[in-house]
Amino acid sequence: MNAITRSQLYVLDQDEALDFYVGKLGFEVNTDQDLGFMRWLTVNVPGDPQREVLLEKPGPPALDPATAEQVRELLTKGAIGGWLSITTDDAHKTYEDLVGKGVDITDEPTERPYGIDFGIRDPFGNRIRIGQMFPRA
Amino acid sequence: MSRAVEQSNRAMLRARDAMDRAYADPLDIPALARIALVSEAHFIRTFRATFGETPHRYLQRRRVERAMAMLVETDRDVTEICYAVGFSSLGSFSRTFRQIVGESPSGYRSSRSAGDGPVPSCFAKAWTRPSSFG
Repeated sequence: MNAITRSQLYVLDQDEALDFYVGKLGFEVNTDQDLGFMRWLTVNVPGDPQREVLLEKPGPPALDPATAEQVRELLTKGAIGGWLSITTDDAHKTYEDLVGKGVDITDEPTERPYGIDFGIRDPFGNRIRIGQMFPRA
Repeated sequence: MSRAVEQSNRAMLRARDAMDRAYADPLDIPALARIALVSEAHFIRTFRATFGETPHRYLQRRRVERAMAMLVETDRDVTEICYAVGFSSLGSFSRTFRQIVGESPSGYRSSRSAGDGPVPSCFAKAWTRPSSFG
């Protein structure tokens, strides 16, 4: 094996997810296709189309309605486990940009042993860390 | 459909995130209830139903977690750390710290050394935060 190329986050609404991930975070739409049984919607960090994040809406036929409801409830209380860790060249600059766009901040930029990072929350409850990493020794 | 539950959960999470972010500020129930867009009584009850502990307890654990990190990673004295994480008196800080951690702030400092290994420290701190749930 040599790379993780696709990962997945649950979202409550795919249009709202696009507003956030593309409109605010600046991701690019990788694929947005109605497959009939689902809308296959993936995004990637600009210039890195090899790594896609699937923004998936929980529901039938993959999940029965009651299970989908449980997923939505856990997602909105921040307990579904969706998590992205993204790097940036300038954590403070990215932070100011996102604050200006009204993104929910969970943790102010802090210098840590591995770099400077901060935390945000997507509109649905997923956790995102954004870090300016120090070179590894 | 349970849109109401989802909206309530997300609002409670927004208030909890505010405690994580602004733990050092004088956060009180009225301020947190405003963030969650509910009344104060409703906020305490709903927060507890959502996350299993009161908002007051959650904030105490967040502050104590930050204090534990500062005790190990910095040379700041205990009084300074007490105010830096949002407590307003050394007495309540020491009492709360001891109750949650099981030892005094200075005892904790002398029994630990810095470094979480290869794990991002935001994760290590979240997982080593004292628990309300045994």
